[in-house]
Amino acid sequence: MDDFLIIKDGVFPILSSVIFLPLAGAMVLLLSSNENFAKYWTLLVTVVTALISLQLYFGFDPTTAKFQFAEHHAWITFQNLKINYTLGIDGISLLLVLMTTLLLPLCVLGSWRYIQTRVREFMICLLIMETSMIGVFVALDFVLFYILWEAMLIPMYLLIAIWGGPRKTYASIKFFLYTLAGSVLLLVAIIALYLQNESFSIPLMMGQAYSSNFQIFVFLAFFLAFAIKVPMFPFHTWLPAAHVEAPTAGSVILASVLLKMGTYGFLRFCLPITPEATITFMPYVLWLSVAGILYGGFTALAQSDMKKLIAYSSVGHMGFVTLGIFVLNKNGIEGAILQMINHGVTTGALFLCVGMIYERTHSRELADATGIGKLMPWYVTFLAFFSLSSLAFPGTNSFVGEFLILVGGFTKNKIVAGCAIPGAVLAAAYMLRMLQKVVWGGANNPAPHGQLLDLNLREIATLAPLLLFVFWIGLSPAPFMEVMHVSVAHLVDQVSNTVPVQAVTMAGLMLP
Amino acid sequence: MNDVMLFVPELWVMFGCLLLFMGSIFNGSGRQARTLSGFIAVGTIILTTFSLYLHGSLFFDAYRVDLFSQLFKFLVAVGLAVVIIFDREVKTVAEEIKVEYYLFLFLSALGLMMVVSCVELLSLFVALELSSFALYLLVPMRNEATGVRTQMEAAAKYIILGVMATGVMLFGMSYLFGLTGTTYLAELLPRLHGLGAQPAAVVGIIMVLGGFFFKLGLFPFHFWLPDVYQGAANETTAFIASVPKLAAVALLIRVSALAMPESQAVSGLLGALAVVSMFYGNLLALVQKDIKRMLGFSGIAHAGYVILGILVLGESGYAASIFYIVGYMVMILAAFLVICNVAVQGENLLVEDLSGLYKRAPVLALVLAVAMFGLAGIPPFVGFMGKFMLLTGALQKGYLAVVIMAAINTAISIYYYLSVVRVVYCAAPEKADTLPLGSLVQAAGLCLVLIIVWLGVAPDFALEMASEAVKAIL
Repeated sequence: MDDFLIIKDGVFPILSSVIFLPLAGAMVLLLSSNENFAKYWTLLVTVVTALISLQLYFGFDPTTAKFQFAEHHAWITFQNLKINYTLGIDGISLLLVLMTTLLLPLCVLGSWRYIQTRVREFMICLLIMETSMIGVFVALDFVLFYILWEAMLIPMYLLIAIWGGPRKTYASIKFFLYTLAGSVLLLVAIIALYLQNESFSIPLMMGQAYSSNFQIFVFLAFFLAFAIKVPMFPFHTWLPAAHVEAPTAGSVILASVLLKMGTYGFLRFCLPITPEATITFMPYVLWLSVAGILYGGFTALAQSDMKKLIAYSSVGHMGFVTLGIFVLNKNGIEGAILQMINHGVTTGALFLCVGMIYERTHSRELADATGIGKLMPWYVTFLAFFSLSSLAFPGTNSFVGEFLILVGGFTKNKIVAGCAIPGAVLAAAYMLRMLQKVVWGGANNPAPHGQLLDLNLREIATLAPLLLFVFWIGLSPAPFMEVMHVSVAHLVDQVSNTVPVQAVTMAGLMLP
Repeated sequence: MNDVMLFVPELWVMFGCLLLFMGSIFNGSGRQARTLSGFIAVGTIILTTFSLYLHGSLFFDAYRVDLFSQLFKFLVAVGLAVVIIFDREVKTVAEEIKVEYYLFLFLSALGLMMVVSCVELLSLFVALELSSFALYLLVPMRNEATGVRTQMEAAAKYIILGVMATGVMLFGMSYLFGLTGTTYLAELLPRLHGLGAQPAAVVGIIMVLGGFFFKLGLFPFHFWLPDVYQGAANETTAFIASVPKLAAVALLIRVSALAMPESQAVSGLLGALAVVSMFYGNLLALVQKDIKRMLGFSGIAHAGYVILGILVLGESGYAASIFYIVGYMVMILAAFLVICNVAVQGENLLVEDLSGLYKRAPVLALVLAVAMFGLAGIPPFVGFMGKFMLLTGALQKGYLAVVIMAAINTAISIYYYLSVVRVVYCAAPEKADTLPLGSLVQAAGLCLVLIIVWLGVAPDFALEMASEAVKAIL
């Protein structure tokens, strides 16, 4: 174990407390029935969790690829199953954990007025979501990972199904069915890996010599689960439905964190555990990514519903992320990780913005929110910056990420990277179109529904931190990049030290 | 004297049955019978707990008391007690036969408690029939809904199919006896091994197993199951759906541990039955509107899962099967606790009747949601952990295809479980009233939820216990 984990005895278990604090907060909420208390309590719990998690950044040692802040306890010992409670973070998961903990208080703030019914239950769902999301990013035991990965579906389902929009039933069931169907074979692959290694430890499974057929079987099972979660074209159809119907906080969590689990899965499992199969399937995945980028861009261009527009733009942006991961070089992967964070910040912020309009006009149609620039100057200022960030305008965070991904792409395969370029142009087209309509509109803008008050202090406080990160990452990405250099270099090593599987062996997809 | 000690829990239940019989002779009231039953059931739990670690044999070695049997007796007692606790007044059973209702409930439980100890074919048969005949009588004990005599139809189907399954089982036993000249399970195994790959032996074993499959509701012995679930009173269904399945699994394990030939044909057949059961149960459950019928079909699918553990033919597999069926019992009891208490008149519930349950009874809504997610096999509930153990064991033995089929079935089944959760939490209530609930019922529900979560996240204790029990018979 010492080969992979850095365990310090007698140190305050930061990871466990970050995971279980929200859960404990949810338990407390079960006992109270006061709705206002529920809001403030949840805000307090998420803020404290975020503050504790900051320790992870300051205590992080960027010079090692081992898993830090590790915790390791025996959990299920029955029949030599050796299922452990193992946690740890490296340069790949650190930023994702921080993004999750920092976003959650903003989600609470964003739901402050949006959620009017069953507030307490909503907050409980949010807190349980936080526990399982952080857990997925830090779990280093496959059973622990899978339990959290699946358990997350329940609160997310409830978030959409109870507090969602008019087609919530359809959207929530589609979300649940799609993601569950994707991950059932993941479980079989996990057990198959266990039978090979006699252990469920994720670091132990990396870099083992598995037979080619076995790798292909495992890779395909992984790929199905993670590609649905990302979602990659053509598995994306659950996403627009779920995004559109979910309440604001649900959309933010979906876009910012849940989608990242798919790409995190690729980085953590596909690449280091099945490197041969990764190289074999790389061309196909790259082209699927390009298809996703273009498809997402064109579809977003045609939307009149703001949430749908952002949802489809996510398909495109996540296409860039998978592109960056599967070019399998340092620039590409670092760009992809950074872009995961960027997408979380920017798209989360955009969903919050749409939610704020929705609270005022009860409509997400672009046509109902035209020309509100003169009524809500603060709002459109924020919206403008986030839109620019979304289309990767230089100086904003996404520019750095996309740039790195494309650099990685061009060193790997010029044709693929060239085909992805129009995606960036499309992003500019659909974001500017939305921005133009919302801020200025046409000559005769329809009278806005209801009273359009500008942002209040709470809403500004919700958006301002995200804007800070947009420019921080955009202008000075070094503090974010330097934590991942060593881990990514290690990952690239793990992949490149293998030989690709011959396509012939794919004929028999059997276990050895 | 010592031998009597081994038999104390059974004697206590017999004594309880006698008391209830007296009550029926002297026209006791339903309320008295219920109080008495609760008392006997709690006593049974206590006695079975104390006799957990006893071991020995009785009745010319036909009846073995070991950890395996005692564990199952304890579980039967717990299941029985939960059923008695949560039906406050078995609404649909006429007042004048309520005492008999409880009498037969206990007789059935007595049969099940005895059958898990039997290691001789004839005594096993007698104990199994004791429990079955009591159940045949329980099913029609339900007031008639206007114009529909579903309970009679259900009872008729149950008894006809049940007797047929019994006949098949007896026929199989006669084969085994004819081949080996003994009815003792312990002597059967070596003598069967001596016979080599004798087809008659395989046929005999499978026919005997068929009788147990009938109790478990495995395809193709499942035909009684949806109708009986639908026709019987809610409380009766709760019992039939949970406790006899425990005993069926115990018997399957006992017989396959002692006498199962290591034959490709048998394990291939079991695997096929398991897969067909899962698909059949889950696909038909998708279209059900009556919630009890839906749970009936889902039960067929779960029977398929349990078989995955038997298939492994080893300690870990059997332990996983026990763990799974115990988890199943807890989850199904939790579901029926809600059903019995939502059906104020004891009527059959459609899935839509649960609309907006979260408003009418938040605790019941939570219990039902946890039970449904658990049955679907979503972590962190026991349904997932059980399934995980079964799949791990089966894959270890190389049943890749069966394991993949089982995994796919999880995805199929989630739809109908989710539709229940959806109406409970998302639909507007059809009736605005809050349900009248006793605090005992709510506490029992929350206890079941706690057990479901506890077994799901910390299964070690239960698994070790099951494993110890299996070791006692291997």
